[in-house]
Amino acid sequence: MGKFRKDGEKEVPAINTSALPDIVFMLLFFFMVSTTMKETDLKVIVKTPHASEIKKLEKKSLVSVINVGEPQKNYAKVLGTEPRIQLNDAFADVDDIGDYIEAERQKRDEKEVPFMTTSLKIDKNTKMGIVTDIKQELRRVSALRINYSTKKKVQE
Amino acid sequence: MPKKLPEYNASSLADIAFMLLIFFLVTTTMDTDSGILKMLPPPVPPDQEIDDDQKIKERNIFIVLINKNDQLLVENKPMDIRDLKQATKEFIQNPGRRDNLPEFKETEVPYFGTMMVSKQIISLQNDRGTSYGMYIQAQDALAAAYSELKNELAMRKFGKIYDDLEVDQQLAIRKIYPNRVSEAEPRNYGGN
Repeated sequence: MGKFRKDGEKEVPAINTSALPDIVFMLLFFFMVSTTMKETDLKVIVKTPHASEIKKLEKKSLVSVINVGEPQKNYAKVLGTEPRIQLNDAFADVDDIGDYIEAERQKRDEKEVPFMTTSLKIDKNTKMGIVTDIKQELRRVSALRINYSTKKKVQE
Repeated sequence: MPKKLPEYNASSLADIAFMLLIFFLVTTTMDTDSGILKMLPPPVPPDQEIDDDQKIKERNIFIVLINKNDQLLVENKPMDIRDLKQATKEFIQNPGRRDNLPEFKETEVPYFGTMMVSKQIISLQNDRGTSYGMYIQAQDALAAAYSELKNELAMRKFGKIYDDLEVDQQLAIRKIYPNRVSEAEPRNYGGN
């Protein structure tokens, strides 16, 4: 049983929006904690391979990244399509890796240096030649902890 | 009667929160970096010579070669990448104690007592022309073989998978199945 009022008032009642900020804040906090700021623009195309035996990289602050892959389309005119190395924001050669690792070490606390990891983000179609060169260079500067960046393989 | 506090206008609070939300939405990249963790061997001094005791017997080495066409040669036989994991497991375990598979050494292991520990070594060699994708698949298969063996042993002994064990239990299992994947010093196998 309901009571129906039919008194000339046509005004639509305002929706109570006082809970809206709460909802938005909830979303906001979710994105705030899950955010990692993008540090570099990728200038090479990297499609990492898939693997099943993977581990998550912990202590992101101790990770330095080396990207290897074909240059993006807008650089391809100048650089061709041979896989190139990208360190920070610039293209680099194998010889630059030593300096890069040294610079990364300078940024960190001395105690943390042994735990530093180099993450190799390498396109799956890259030839091993360049990868081997990088690994030899990393060995030369004693950056021995490496991580082959891969995606999780979906179990078939 | 206490004076009622005037309600403050909170309608713009949502706008501010939205602004922040949109900022974090666009700057978010959700990728967590994951991958296969490896330790590279320390650099070899150029004048180092191999002693006789450092040499490893042929039967203890499991040689995996990948050529520039991404084909696999395992112990001198061509093999499909899908069979690599099983072959590796068989090699490490040597269930029939055959002569051409690795030797065992008696070792004292906590929790287990005296165990026969395989003297296996896996050698992965690749050409400069091998694709990185294939190399990772091979590394992954070898790692999967080790982790399956560890899990099987952990299940038999402790009734849990390896990752759920205590640290010293993990150490004991690692002593029985040590990860020994070695990569040869890079060489050029001609033709590129």
